[in-house]
Amino acid sequence: MIRISNVQKAFGSVIVLKGIDLTIEKGELVCLIGASGSGKSTLLQCINGLEPIQGGEILVDGISVHDPKTDINKLRCKLGIVFQQYNAFPHLTALENVALAPRVVAKRSRAEARALAQKHLEHVGLGDKGDSLPSQLSGGQQQRLAIARALAMEPSYMLFDEVTSALDPELVGEVLETMRLLKSEGMTMVVVTHDINFARESADRVAFLCQGEVCEIGTAEEVIDHPRKEQTQKFLRREKRTPLEIVKSSVA
Amino acid sequence: MQFSFANQGLAWSDAYFLAQGLLNTVRLAAAATLVGTLAGIVLGWLRTVSVTARIATAPFVDIIRSVPMIIQLILANSFLSILGFGASPFWFGTVALGAWMSAVTAEVVRAGLLSVPLQYRKSARSLGMTGYQELLYISLPLAFRTGLAPWIGLVLSLIKDSALAGVVGYIEYMRSTQILITRTHETWLLLMGAGLFYFLICYPVSRYSRRLERKVRV
Ligand SMILES: Nc1ncnc2c1ncn2[C@@H]1O[C@H](COP(=O)(O)OP(=O)(O)OP(=O)(O)O)[C@@H](O)[C@H]1O
Ligand SMILES: [Mg+2]
Repeated sequence: MIRISNVQKAFGSVIVLKGIDLTIEKGELVCLIGASGSGKSTLLQCINGLEPIQGGEILVDGISVHDPKTDINKLRCKLGIVFQQYNAFPHLTALENVALAPRVVAKRSRAEARALAQKHLEHVGLGDKGDSLPSQLSGGQQQRLAIARALAMEPSYMLFDEVTSALDPELVGEVLETMRLLKSEGMTMVVVTHDINFARESADRVAFLCQGEVCEIGTAEEVIDHPRKEQTQKFLRREKRTPLEIVKSSVA
Repeated sequence: MQFSFANQGLAWSDAYFLAQGLLNTVRLAAAATLVGTLAGIVLGWLRTVSVTARIATAPFVDIIRSVPMIIQLILANSFLSILGFGASPFWFGTVALGAWMSAVTAEVVRAGLLSVPLQYRKSARSLGMTGYQELLYISLPLAFRTGLAPWIGLVLSLIKDSALAGVVGYIEYMRSTQILITRTHETWLLLMGAGLFYFLICYPVSRYSRRLERKVRV
């Protein structure tokens, strides 16, 4: 369980998170939605301690992430994260990308790490791409590679930060498919997304972030289809319009 | 033989003398490259991670990069002699050229490290790697790729600058050429030979680096 309580975060004088409260249960898929700049990426990076916080507490399985006494590198093995872009290490082959952390962090033997890496590459449908360099993979394949690399540390939680928004539209599907596969296997996931459809069909709960706070939270049906707060309604009206409609309205 | 002595003043034993100078140049350049590069990597890394280190090492880097090598050599030589260091010319040369190499390599390393996209480093840390593991497995290899070409350029400069080490009494190739010129007055022949020699060393290095660059940049 990830328990986020009253987390405050500022970059210098800019306050980004103003007291976030959010609990993510085991096996749950929680989608974070919100306008650009509302602090979604920042929140994810606070969860695995990549960003320090100025107040509040984040507990992962009861362990405080920002407690200086916590072995953060050990805790991070429980939390896989995939970013929007620049994920795959460009100087390593796909297999080496996945095998690196099991070997140097989890201290597995070279052979064990490679076998594990192969298994996870197959899991995301890249079983035959082990020898390819990231530059030889498509954007969608690179994102799946990043997912495999995080999975190879056998995390209990996966954090996704808009992993499809840098992709060409035809490549989005394969990455979402991989995420659905993970969900069907019972992985606990926190997914930042602009893809309202994905949130609606896959999320157990949806949290709408607005101005550094969780403005509204509930099931997808509650938040996306019947939002109660005015900010949520406004945000969704803008997001739900397909690009085609935006073109139409700007032409009209 | 008699003929060649009379007209050119060059003997076969001089070839041996030149070969010795040649070997000395290679030894000096190799030693200074090794010392300078290792020190430069550490210095460059320190200069990226710590503001204090950056400020503290700035005078060293700036002075060494801006003062001509020949002046540095002479100053270092007289300074060390005054202090009573009786080191061999080889070590004087290695220290002076190595210091230069470390300062300029540090800047290449620093630029290379700074060019590594933050996201790769975050990815590495998010997998549970420590800062040192991230440096070793991610940042340094990536910095190597950006820094390789400029670094080879530095090695080439170093090889050529090693010709100046004659001023501290080290008989490298250029110095041995000068000695022979003084004796035989075969200025053209000997200088052409020296030029050819530096070309023969530097050209393969630069060719090889271009190949390596192409291989590394995938
Ligand atoms: N390293 C940083 N230094 C200073 N300010 C930052 C930094 N990272 C983020 N911010 C600021 O924090 C705010 C929240 O950023 P964040 O990236 O978390 O937003 P987001 O919700 O993920 O937006 P998007 O949907 O565009 O990804 C923004 O105003 C941003 O300018
Ligand atoms: Mg973001």
